[in-house]
Amino acid sequence: MITTTKGNMDEALLEKREGQLENDNETTSWVEYWDGDEMVHRSVSVHLKKPMISTSEIGGFS
Amino acid sequence: MSNTQAMATSFKGEILSGIHALGTTVIRAGTGADTLKAALYLASATINAATTAYTVTGEVSGTGYSAGGVTVTNATAPTTGGTTGYWTPSASITYTTVTLTTAFDCVLIYNSTQSNKAISAHTFGSQTVTAGTFTLTMPVNDASNALIRIA
Repeated sequence: MITTTKGNMDEALLEKREGQLENDNETTSWVEYWDGDEMVHRSVSVHLKKPMISTSEIGGFS
Repeated sequence: MSNTQAMATSFKGEILSGIHALGTTVIRAGTGADTLKAALYLASATINAATTAYTVTGEVSGTGYSAGGVTVTNATAPTTGGTTGYWTPSASITYTTVTLTTAFDCVLIYNSTQSNKAISAHTFGSQTVTAGTFTLTMPVNDASNALIRIA
């Protein structure tokens, strides 16, 4: 069973479509379930690859 | 032996834990870690380095999503490695059974204990979710990959 816009439905009754995107910033995958020509479920997982970096510096005496 | 000008690596980690107050600070209720939250923003929003605090402006809305987002799991204290201080949430950030039909591409991590002050904004490719789950999985928590690093 899977959550859908029509309530919980049997996955076997739906068409499953999957996709993936990868670049320097992220690896993202998604899964969609379609009931005929209507998308009734879409879940997404994003893996962040690029961290926030703050470079530290200290000053000298002038 | 010789002396080397440097920022103490320990200081970098301690900044992340709020040990030092080089300016006026706040009276803390205890010694525990603050509560952090993660809010999602529409692709049309303007969240960036100038964002000082959580805002409802531009935040996503939809079935199953509560304004303000979700609490970030923070079971691993900031630490240091090499000359880098770093921190990463200790679990994925997950929005379960939501419907967000307008494209969003940003998460703002902010400190709900300290007046919702902003910590960091992270962007990704625009997404929508339909009666599903949106999951942000975290990078490895080390000096090279951690989500937030002071190098």
